[in-house]
Amino acid sequence: MSEIAHQDHIEKKAFLVNSSSLKEVRTFCREVFEKLNIQEDLKDELVLAIAEAAQNIVKHAFKNSANPTELMVVQISCENNKLQIAFYDRGTPVDPKKVKHREIDNVKPGGLGTFFIQEIMDAVEFKDGKKPWINHLVLTKQL
Amino acid sequence: MSYKVTEEGNISTVHLDGEIDMDVTEKAKEIIFPVIDSGKEVHLNLSQVQYMDSSGISVLIESHQRALEKSTKVIIKDVSKSVLKVIMMAKLEQILNLE
Repeated sequence: MSEIAHQDHIEKKAFLVNSSSLKEVRTFCREVFEKLNIQEDLKDELVLAIAEAAQNIVKHAFKNSANPTELMVVQISCENNKLQIAFYDRGTPVDPKKVKHREIDNVKPGGLGTFFIQEIMDAVEFKDGKKPWINHLVLTKQL
Repeated sequence: MSYKVTEEGNISTVHLDGEIDMDVTEKAKEIIFPVIDSGKEVHLNLSQVQYMDSSGISVLIESHQRALEKSTKVIIKDVSKSVLKVIMMAKLEQILNLE
């Protein structure tokens, strides 16, 4: 837990659902974390967790429905030193029970994104998406 | 992501530059795999890679495993602090050849 008091802040941005948006997602996060005065090491970890979640939307939620105009929204909020990152998309509904990482000792490509998210964040929660959204993922971390 | 491949004796060095994410993994494989397939020892220089996500880690694992199949090896050189952190988070520092 950080001893720095981070000011309350909320910011969100929409991105096209495709792999070339991932760099923009990272840039957006870095800019917001800069405003929040989050220390460098933690910032890197948070950017990774967010980018992995965004990548999962591109890779899994829109696996069979590539639509070049489809959007995903990333919202970063900080209140009382609690950071909350929300993701909204209109892809295939996610079954939280099926979201799991590979066994970490079973070394093979893939299956690490969810592991990284869980390692970095305090909580990962799939909520019911409210219209027009279908999936609503919330990551939280106490700063 | 940009790259450069240099040859010295039986060692090919692939220098990657930029951020390695899902968007560039296919390109990274297209660069690295033919070098591994040539049978030479491959040095993967990551000094100019400041960000790598799970897709990039998958490329490192695939490269390592492909090299073993070809009876050669991939040595990962000059890893930046931020990328090393991700490799360690994936618990791969004892699996991959890091120098």
